[in-house]
Amino acid sequence: MNIKRLFIANRGEIAVRIVKAAKKLGVHTIQGHSEADAEMLAVKLADESICIGPAPSKDSYLNISAIIAAAKATQADAIHPGYGFLSESPAFARAVEQAGLIFIGPSADTIEKMGDKVSARLAAVTAGVPVVPGSDGRIDDLDHAIEIAETIGYPVMIKAAAGGGGRGIRIANTRAELKELAPQAKSEAEAAFGDGGLYIERAIFAPRHIEVQILGDGETAIHCYERECSLQRRRQKVWEEAGAACLDDETCAALCASAVALAKSVSYRGAGTLEYLYDEKTKEFFFIEMNTRIQVEHPVTEMITGVDLVAEMIRVCGGERLSVSQDQINKSGHAIEVRICAEDPFANFMPWPGVVASLKEPEGEGVRFDHFLAEGYQIPPFYDSLLGKVIVHAATRDAAIDKLIVALDALSVGGTKTTAPLHRALAMDADVRAGAFHTQWLEQWLDAGNLTEKGDAA
Amino acid sequence: MTDILSPLPGTFYQRPAPEEPPYQTKGAKVAVGDTIGLVEVMKTFIPVTAETEGVFEGYEAEDASPVTAGAVLAKLG
Repeated sequence: MNIKRLFIANRGEIAVRIVKAAKKLGVHTIQGHSEADAEMLAVKLADESICIGPAPSKDSYLNISAIIAAAKATQADAIHPGYGFLSESPAFARAVEQAGLIFIGPSADTIEKMGDKVSARLAAVTAGVPVVPGSDGRIDDLDHAIEIAETIGYPVMIKAAAGGGGRGIRIANTRAELKELAPQAKSEAEAAFGDGGLYIERAIFAPRHIEVQILGDGETAIHCYERECSLQRRRQKVWEEAGAACLDDETCAALCASAVALAKSVSYRGAGTLEYLYDEKTKEFFFIEMNTRIQVEHPVTEMITGVDLVAEMIRVCGGERLSVSQDQINKSGHAIEVRICAEDPFANFMPWPGVVASLKEPEGEGVRFDHFLAEGYQIPPFYDSLLGKVIVHAATRDAAIDKLIVALDALSVGGTKTTAPLHRALAMDADVRAGAFHTQWLEQWLDAGNLTEKGDAA
Repeated sequence: MTDILSPLPGTFYQRPAPEEPPYQTKGAKVAVGDTIGLVEVMKTFIPVTAETEGVFEGYEAEDASPVTAGAVLAKLG
């Protein structure tokens, strides 16, 4: 492999994860850190470390020239961007390549192509991957709107072509409703944006969020099965599972095959995720976007497949071929991950950057706790609130939920508030147990006051 | 004189957005509940409000600077 010295341009739990994976491969690790992160766990675990700038992310973890300079100064031959920060920045990937270093991820061109909604949708369509059916462009008159709606099927969502952020969206369930609503939407769009152009797409109510993990080495690509991440708050995933219990085998196979087709069509290198909306009623899935990086929830996939995704992405970017073929990837049992954040779930998820007074980790067979905590550690207030992830693996989904409850009871982080009580309450909830949820379920559940100080569902 | 303290550690901002003026200027009358600034904690912006009324004496913490919990952000006369 062409990588001997790996620079980690990230922080928190993912930096720890990358240091561990690289060490397992015998790679020398160099941890970049901000002034506020000099004491973090990844700095202590890495072979060496270097400061890349002041606490604010824009001056450190988002500062391309400072990171490249630090990587060069420490004779790194590759940079791992982790997730968030610069992980999906084509400018960063390009700067790394231009500095003569290896970027652990796909090419800058692929990041650019898949990061743009329009070109990603086009790439998906070209690879035969279903996308949310819609007018592939603006619609200016009612007849055209009806024609499109009848092709894609009701209910349809009518949006202003010039709008954004959900403003002025209308739902038409029938042709009669469309005839009534489309002219309203048009005149409203004219008044609001000075442009009466409309866009129509299939309305999917209460969709589930399903995604497929893929791995590519630039020549071939494979999938490591699917995950379900429908439990979200403010569009942030809070609880993730592998596999997706709501999918039948046939749908799952078609979904995973579509992800591999798209990955192959862009000669994908590294680890990536294709995200889909899933309509449980019609059993249809629709590609929405691709994340060209490792994801927070990658451990659930590792638990059910046994593949070390972070090690694999380092290997393939170091010029190796994939170490496993598709027929060697088998799904075993069920895994669940919950995100432990420094927030008070009983006070509207107020951030709580305390000092870790005590730490008790959950342990046992099939239990994993990925984190960056240590007793006495001051959680910095400058970055996001994710402290770690509790991950459990068992033979069945029911057994995994049972194991999660035991693991959450064993976890104790003193000196700060965490979201662990939320996860315990979710694990005790009948709908969660039954897998009866969708992407809007959690916010409705919270709004209805289901989370109580008792730490279990009311 | 009353000190206005930061409720949490984070980054203190004197203004609602970089291109906007500060929330308070020296000599301004401040009522209970008026916003003095914002503290950004873990990507969340938390308003800092006056708990007593008074005349604004000035900011003690610089704009966009890191602050600890209990740090003096501004003074009321």
